[in-house]
Amino acid sequence: MIFAKKMLAVLALLPGFVFAGEEGFPLDRAPERTDISSLQNGAKLFVNYCLNCHSASAMRYNRLQDLGLSEDQIKNNLLFSGEKVGDLMTVAMRPADAKVWFGTVPPDLSVIARARASGAGSGADYLYTYLRSFYKDDTRPTGWNNMVVPNVAMPNPLWQLQGIRTARMVEEENPHEPGKKAHRFGGFDPVTKGSVTQQEFDTQVADLVAYMDWMSEPARETRKRLGAVVLIFLTMFAFLAWRLNESYWKDVK
Amino acid sequence: MGASFKETKLPADAPRSQKALAWVDDRFPLSKLWNDQWGKYYAPKNFNIWYLFGSLAMLVLVLQIVTGIFLTMYYKPDANLAFYSVETNIMRDVHWGWLVRYLHSTGASAFFIVVYLHMTRGLLYGSYRKPRELIWLFGFAIFLCLMAEAFFGYLLPWGQMSYWGAQVIVNLFSAIPVIGPDLSLWIRGDYVVSDATLNRFFAFHVIAIPLVLLGLVAAHLIALHEVGSSNPDGIEVKENLGPDGHGVDAIPSHPYYTTKDLFGVSCFLLIFSAVVFFAPEMGGFFLEHNNFLPADSMKTPGEIAPTWYFTPFYSVLRATTSDFIWVVMAGIAAYVIFIWLRSRLSYKAKIGATVIGIIVEIGMLTLEAKVWGVVLFGSSVVILALLPWLDKSPVKSIRYRPSWHKYVYVVFFLAFLTLGYLGTNPPTPTSTLIAQLCTLLYFSFFLLMPWWSTMGRFKAVPNRLTFTPH
Repeated sequence: MIFAKKMLAVLALLPGFVFAGEEGFPLDRAPERTDISSLQNGAKLFVNYCLNCHSASAMRYNRLQDLGLSEDQIKNNLLFSGEKVGDLMTVAMRPADAKVWFGTVPPDLSVIARARASGAGSGADYLYTYLRSFYKDDTRPTGWNNMVVPNVAMPNPLWQLQGIRTARMVEEENPHEPGKKAHRFGGFDPVTKGSVTQQEFDTQVADLVAYMDWMSEPARETRKRLGAVVLIFLTMFAFLAWRLNESYWKDVK
Repeated sequence: MGASFKETKLPADAPRSQKALAWVDDRFPLSKLWNDQWGKYYAPKNFNIWYLFGSLAMLVLVLQIVTGIFLTMYYKPDANLAFYSVETNIMRDVHWGWLVRYLHSTGASAFFIVVYLHMTRGLLYGSYRKPRELIWLFGFAIFLCLMAEAFFGYLLPWGQMSYWGAQVIVNLFSAIPVIGPDLSLWIRGDYVVSDATLNRFFAFHVIAIPLVLLGLVAAHLIALHEVGSSNPDGIEVKENLGPDGHGVDAIPSHPYYTTKDLFGVSCFLLIFSAVVFFAPEMGGFFLEHNNFLPADSMKTPGEIAPTWYFTPFYSVLRATTSDFIWVVMAGIAAYVIFIWLRSRLSYKAKIGATVIGIIVEIGMLTLEAKVWGVVLFGSSVVILALLPWLDKSPVKSIRYRPSWHKYVYVVFFLAFLTLGYLGTNPPTPTSTLIAQLCTLLYFSFFLLMPWWSTMGRFKAVPNRLTFTPH
C-alpha cells in the first residue's frame, strides 16, 4: 500500500512532456491533400523515413491498395525487411533498446493524427508543424531540438531534404514580469541547404501528413459517402412517417 | 392450478395465422400482453415532444446491446491486446467494424442526452408525483446503472483517458474514511488500474449491469402501466371516464403513438446518423483525442477529465475545496434553523434533523475536504431520487404553477449546464468560484423546494386536457 502510494506520487511528478502546454508553439494549417498521388507519395515517405523507428501496428501493408497501389507495387517498393504483404507495419526495434538509445520508446503512429488533435488545431496541423520545426541544438543528445515539442527525444528524420537550420531566440522584455527578460522565438537561420527547396519540402511533408491522416482512419471516405446516402434515405423516411402520423391523428379530436 | 384448459375453437376455414395465434394465446398471454402493454394501453392524447424520450431511451438501449454484442465478438479484454483489438481489428480488418464502433460510441453519448431530456420532462410536468413515485425511483436506479455502465465501458478501449479516468474515479473511493483504501483495492483487483481491473470491468459492462438494466426497465414500465401515464397538464385522465370505460381524453397507443413514435424515431435517427457518419468524435467530446494514445501507466496526461455526461457532478466534486466547506457548514446550520422555524415536520423529525446536522458539522470540522467532496458528489446525484417528497406544489405541471416558478427552473437548468461546461476544462480560481455558486444553486433548488414549490398564486387546473387537434 505504501509502495503504491509512493509510486503514484512519483508518477504524478513526471513531467507531461508529451503534451505541449496551452501556450504552445502556434500551429500552421496542414494543406488539404485529397488526391491519390499525394497519398501514395506520403505512403512512400512514411515507409522510408518513419518505419525504421516508429511502428504503425494497426496498419497492414496490403491496406495500401485503398490508395490505388497494386499488391506487386507494394511488394516491390515498400517491403524492405522480409515482411509479407498482409503483415502489420511493426518495427524490429525492441522497447528496451529504444529506451537506452533515445530515452523513450518512439510512439506508434497508427492513429497519431487523431491523438494529436486539440483546440490549437487538427492532428494533421500538429504533425505538419512538428515535422517542419526541427532545428540544430548541440546541447541535445541527438543534436536536434523542436519548437513544437521542446527537448524532444526524436532526431529530425527529414534533415537531408530540409537542410540544417538553427533557431534564433530574441531577448526582450518579459510582458508578464516587468524588469525580467524573456526569450522569444525569432525565426530559423539556415546552416546547410537541403536537397529540395523549401516549398518542395513543405509539399513533401504535406503529403506525408496527409498519408498519416488517412492511415489514422482509412474508412473515413467510405463513412462520409455512406453517410450522405443514409441521411437522404432518412430524410425521405422521416417525411413519410410524418405524413403517416398526420393521417392517423386527424381523427383525434 | 388454475381453471382447466380451454381450447379456442375457430371455424375450420379460418386463416392459418389466426389459428396459430389462437394456439399460442391458449398457452401464453401473447395477445393480452400486447394489448395491455401497448396495443390497447390508453394514454393521454396531448403528449408533446417531451414524451418521446422514453421510447427513444429504449431504442438506444437496444442499439447499444446489439452493437455491443458484435463488438464483443472481436474485442479482447487484455491490457496488452485491448487497444489494438479495437484499432486494428474492429476499425480496420472487420467489415463494417468501424460503423459498429461509431454506433456504440455515439450511442453512449446519445443515451445520456436522451435520458437527461427524459428526466427534464419529469421535472417540468411533475411526472414523479403520487402515484408515480415508484416509477421515478426505478428510473433513478436505471440512471445509476447507466452511469456505472458508461464508467466501466470507458475503460475497455484502454486509451490514456480510459486508464487515467478510471484511476482517478476509483481513487475517489479511497477517500472514504476507514474502509476507503481497501475498498479501492477490492474494486480494482490490484494496487493500480491494471489487467485485473480491465477484465472485471469488462464482465460488469457486458453482462452484469445490462441484466440489471433490463430488469429495471421492465419494472419501470410495469410500474407505469399500473397507474397509467401522466401528461403535460398534470391531470389524471382516468378520473374522467367515457362510456367505453377508458378516459375521455385517452387514446390507444396503437396506432396513434406507434405512428407518432415512428416519426419521432426517424427524426432522432436523422440527427444520430449525422453524428455517426460526419462527426463521430464530436470535437473530442464523444471520442476524446487523448484516448487514441494507448494507456501508459508511466505518463500522466496534463488534463484528466471525465466524459461530458459526468462533468456536472464532477464539477461539484472539484468545487468542494476546504474554503467552500465553511460555506457548506453555514448553509447546513441555516437549513436546520429554517426547518425549526418554518417546516411542518413533527417534533421528532426536527430533532432528528438537528442531530444529523450536528453530526455533519462535526464531521466537516474533523474530516478532510476531499471526503466531503465525494459526499457532495454522491449527494448531487442521489438528491434527484427525493424529488417526489420535496415537491409540495398543489399542481403537478409547470403549466399551472405561478409564472415565476419557470424562472426558478431556468436558473436550475442553467446552473446544471454551467457545472457541466466547467467540468470539461481544468479548474481556475474564477471557474472554481462559479462552480461553487452553481453548486449552492443546484442544492438549494432541491432542499428549499418544500417551501418555494407552494409559494405564489397557482392557476386553475382544467378538468379536460388542453389539446390542439392536428
